[in-house]
Amino acid sequence: MIEIISQGIGSSFQDLGRPGYKHLGVGRSGAADGPSHTLANRLVGNAESAATIETCGGLSLRLLDHAVVVVTGARGVLEVRHGPPIAVNGVAHLPTGSEIIMRSPGDGLRYYLAVRGGFEVEPVLGSRSFDTLAGIGPRLAAGDRVAVGADPHSPMVADFASPHPWATHIDISEGPRRDWFTDEAWASLIAVGYVVSPTGNRVGARLSGPALERRQRRELPSEGLVEGAIQVPPDGQPIVMLADYPVTGGYPVIAVVAPSHVPSVAQARPGTTLRFRHSAG
Amino acid sequence: MRLLPYGPRAVLAEYDTLAEVMAVSDALRSANLPGVDDVVPAARTVLVHHQMVDRAALERLLVPSSAAPQATGPIVEIPVVYDGVDLADVAEATGMPIDQVVEMHSSVTYSAAFLGFTPGWAYLVGLPKPLHLPRRPTPRTAVPAGSVAIASEFSGVYPTTSPGGWNLLGHTTTTMFDASRHKPALVVAGDRVRFVAE
Repeated sequence: MIEIISQGIGSSFQDLGRPGYKHLGVGRSGAADGPSHTLANRLVGNAESAATIETCGGLSLRLLDHAVVVVTGARGVLEVRHGPPIAVNGVAHLPTGSEIIMRSPGDGLRYYLAVRGGFEVEPVLGSRSFDTLAGIGPRLAAGDRVAVGADPHSPMVADFASPHPWATHIDISEGPRRDWFTDEAWASLIAVGYVVSPTGNRVGARLSGPALERRQRRELPSEGLVEGAIQVPPDGQPIVMLADYPVTGGYPVIAVVAPSHVPSVAQARPGTTLRFRHSAG
Repeated sequence: MRLLPYGPRAVLAEYDTLAEVMAVSDALRSANLPGVDDVVPAARTVLVHHQMVDRAALERLLVPSSAAPQATGPIVEIPVVYDGVDLADVAEATGMPIDQVVEMHSSVTYSAAFLGFTPGWAYLVGLPKPLHLPRRPTPRTAVPAGSVAIASEFSGVYPTTSPGGWNLLGHTTTTMFDASRHKPALVVAGDRVRFVAE
């Protein structure tokens, strides 16, 4: 068991999400930075589908039993009380009573905390991900005691993974409504950096920069969205759809971020300038 | 039909009519093509989320061939109290008295074309033409759960309290979505729906 002492910011249980329910209007959700989630699970010998905790910091928890844990994703100083020190991407064996205190990361936005055995919270529609848009999935709150699953009896082959650099240029391809925008808008998206705004969340990273002007002004009937779609509301400020994106949306999509670069967008701190690069879709 | 680019793992097909959308999404679901993860029909488009897929086979399925399937699903009756805050505006826009708006909205059998927006939100077609109105110019930040509403060619029920710009005709106490139910969404694509005035 573990006990949540402080919930922190943007903390939730996440796994690989719940694909296959879009016909009910339910999105996939899942870890916003999927590779960091799966890395955390691999390091402690879990199946990639085991639940981890995603947090933007401020989370602290106490181990009520000894446990094997790892923190991946963002980088920052991790504090442990009543136990040995731990570092990001390093597997740690912590004794009963250890407290892990995660502050705001110095680089990147979202930490992933995995424990060997996985967090045994109740799955909803086959997933332990909390979908912040739909309000579906297990909740995480201070004071909660959460069971840890049985030891998977699997080997742990590495006790440290080198940090993976974030992409400095984000590859995009043309989206379905590229032709609703002026050529100047497209040129601006490629040539000018867009700054990550502090109002983003797991639904989307909101960016600010020169407004992307439309040449087509009619209303778009809602249509399906994908993770990484760059939607442009009437104010011209782009939003990159992240894990909790809605199944359908009503704003035109000018471009799509390459799937391999979506985690870098999900990890971009407010104030970061994203530079986009046109690559073939 | 027009194919639109949507990154390496999706394709968006655009159609002239909702009937074509429904025919294609039905064909795609029956074909169960390997590599297709999800099919998302909407008002004029079908989005296919895919991994490695036989692109030629997929594109053949995206061409509407059969006529739109007739909705043959069960009839779901939804009791409605017609007390919506937009009733007067709808009456004015359509030139009908309020009781005629209510009568018209509750006299037909709708069919669920597709789900989207929020879990359990079914886009219901069959709305009588005189009630086809645009969305409100400024969306509301919070529309209460259970609100029965119309916009464009659709009627629908807000499953949860959420932002929304549809015209509100009334409300129901029926739960549209509950993830813990065996059948989470009360109405799924192909079901028929009747609104019963209370």
